[in-house]
Amino acid sequence: MSGDILRGVPPHAGSTAYINARIIDPTADSEYTGAILISDGKIADFGPNLFASGAPYGIQSVDCRGLYLAPGIVDTRVHTGEPGEEHKETLDSAGVAAAVGGITSLVLLPDTEPPFDDASLIEFVARRARQIKLANMYAYGALTVGLEGKELAEIGLLAEAGAVGFTDADHAVGNAQVMRRALYYAKAFDALIVHLPQEPTLSSGHMSSGLMATRLGLSGNPPLAEVMMVERDIRLAEMTGGRLHLTKISTAESVKVIAAAKARGLKITCDTAAPYFALNDLAVGDYRTFGKLVPPLRGEADREAIVEGLKSGVIDAIVSDHRPQDQDSKRVPFAQAEPGGIGLETLLPVSLELTHNGHLTLPQLFQRLSSAPARLFNLPGGKLAKGAPADLVIFDSSLAWKIDRTDLWSKTKNSPFDERPVQGKVMATIVGGRTIYRDDRFVPAVAA
Amino acid sequence: MTNKRAGVPRLPHLLGIEGLSPETISGLLDLSESYIDQNRSVDKRRDLLTGRTVINLFFENSTRTRTSFEVAAKRLGADVINMDVATSSVRKGETLLDTAMTLNAMRPDAIVVRHAESGAVNLLSQKVNCTVINAGDGQHEHPTQALLDALTIRRRRGSLQGLEVAICGDIMHSRVARSNIHLLQIMGARVRVVGPPTLMPTDIDKMGVEVHYNMKNGLKDVDIVMMLRLQTERMQGMFVPSISEYFRFFGLDSEKLKVAKPDALIMHPGPMNRGVEIDSEVADDLDRSVIHEQVEMGVAVRMACLEALIGGRRNSVGAAA
Repeated sequence: MSGDILRGVPPHAGSTAYINARIIDPTADSEYTGAILISDGKIADFGPNLFASGAPYGIQSVDCRGLYLAPGIVDTRVHTGEPGEEHKETLDSAGVAAAVGGITSLVLLPDTEPPFDDASLIEFVARRARQIKLANMYAYGALTVGLEGKELAEIGLLAEAGAVGFTDADHAVGNAQVMRRALYYAKAFDALIVHLPQEPTLSSGHMSSGLMATRLGLSGNPPLAEVMMVERDIRLAEMTGGRLHLTKISTAESVKVIAAAKARGLKITCDTAAPYFALNDLAVGDYRTFGKLVPPLRGEADREAIVEGLKSGVIDAIVSDHRPQDQDSKRVPFAQAEPGGIGLETLLPVSLELTHNGHLTLPQLFQRLSSAPARLFNLPGGKLAKGAPADLVIFDSSLAWKIDRTDLWSKTKNSPFDERPVQGKVMATIVGGRTIYRDDRFVPAVAA
Repeated sequence: MTNKRAGVPRLPHLLGIEGLSPETISGLLDLSESYIDQNRSVDKRRDLLTGRTVINLFFENSTRTRTSFEVAAKRLGADVINMDVATSSVRKGETLLDTAMTLNAMRPDAIVVRHAESGAVNLLSQKVNCTVINAGDGQHEHPTQALLDALTIRRRRGSLQGLEVAICGDIMHSRVARSNIHLLQIMGARVRVVGPPTLMPTDIDKMGVEVHYNMKNGLKDVDIVMMLRLQTERMQGMFVPSISEYFRFFGLDSEKLKVAKPDALIMHPGPMNRGVEIDSEVADDLDRSVIHEQVEMGVAVRMACLEALIGGRRNSVGAAA
């Protein structure tokens, strides 16, 4: 299982055609065999009939041999350790993992040390991304100073510096007055507020409450800690008219409440992370700290409801919620372990289970992974359109392999999906027309 | 004696009661029984574990459990080292595995571990290649306590099968309650848990127990009353309003005990908070309270566990190296 990270390779000077590909167009909700033409890092043309009789001379053409080609994944929830905890993950190592995972744009969470509550840090991320030359990297601004949930951060200045959304990462804003003002104030900048709905006073436990927690003797967080915050936030969004996006929805009740709010016409959106539709609380059995996440993994009925929410479209997007933790943070008793799991490289294969199991079509899956998150965060990628950046992923949807954490490129190896058999593998990742990752098995026939 | 041991399958560790078979539990109790007379005689020592090293590694303060393990190991001829990490300045958790690896390198035959966090003993057992005995981990399990409770009951009642047992008090934070629920159910007893709703863990009923919030209902016609220690630091209005209110509604006194069977036994894992969860009158009732007998059985049970786990074994760990 290996491939190459290609950094700083300039795109072909002229145009490149990717032919004979199964093209997934999430915006058009369609899938067909066809070709795509890239010029100057942008999509110049695409369609089922393009180059049906072969690419013209003077264009480099790449035969995809029937592999899938889709807009690259836009992952809006990525923790790294830069700055502050570079021993866990740097922007560089996260960029490599993203490239291997078919992720062409990532939005970095602000819970670094120091946190992104100052405009200079948003500029720092942009500068580092230019140096790293892999995926597009964007940053959230902190919603409150120091992510403490007390005073509003400089939302306007952060937005001006390039922050694409505002959040306190895995900290919930418990104070309703602060949240109300944040939603009001952010309207002046049309800024998106992303909130992890967890009532803090009910969320001090270490896993989801229930029989499993009782048996293991671990204190639990009740699933209702999520839905009561969802309900509060919906009321505040309705009152203020602010743009609210709820993140990492993990319970059946939350899906129900959000569906009802959307039915009422409220412009509320939400996402879930791969673990919440792929795992349940059995994954923390025998005190497996890799399964300790925020919010905690729930019971099977909640997991099924998340799958249903993705099917019905109540849940708009899927994120990796990549959160690296080193051994010192995980190889300790469960209650003392830091929460979080890595997910950049496993996001696509784990999400493909939704299509293998017949819950979503491939265009629907890429709506959740690429086009919806790009639209919500106003990012240029995530779609097939003439003039859009050529951010693409080429993958084999049926290749079977087993996730082995020691083979992952991330700096830390805390994958909750370790040893999971999956189907589907990224063969190449293209950002702005440049191939940044290519699997060894994908050796395209290049004809000039 | 050796034929009794034959009934106990070799276990690598004793981390909890959950998952043990009724045969294993009976075998351990039979083996424990054989040590009671020895412990009551003048010459208490046998040489079954001569040359074996047992380390008591306690990350949490404990007097009676640690002493009980120490006495048990010494009466079988083992060398015992006590490490009270709780009193030293090392920070919890951070050094758990380092400590385990260091001790493991000294080639002990068994490490007896107590730790304040659930699952810490399981974690440690994955990193050492000697036998690990759980002497209490967080709110998870305390298997030797459940075994000594079972031995005490069995000697008084002949069998656990069909008995009605009420476990009363702070179920939520109690590893003793969890180990006893497992053991009593495995051995065919019926278990009720009694206490204020705030001290009941979520979905405890799904463990097959009957839940009561009222002592008189919960104690009705029971054969055994097991009281649990209430951690007074949990009494700051977070779980129950006050000690006096707790004692009034959930403390065991002769009045509440009237609804139990006339010969119902009173048990407590110790140390007792008199006037909090138990009235002195019933705690000291010689006809019904078996609290001191539990302590005595504790030594016999721990001798049996040590023998079953590390007795009669060739030094396979050393030989493999």
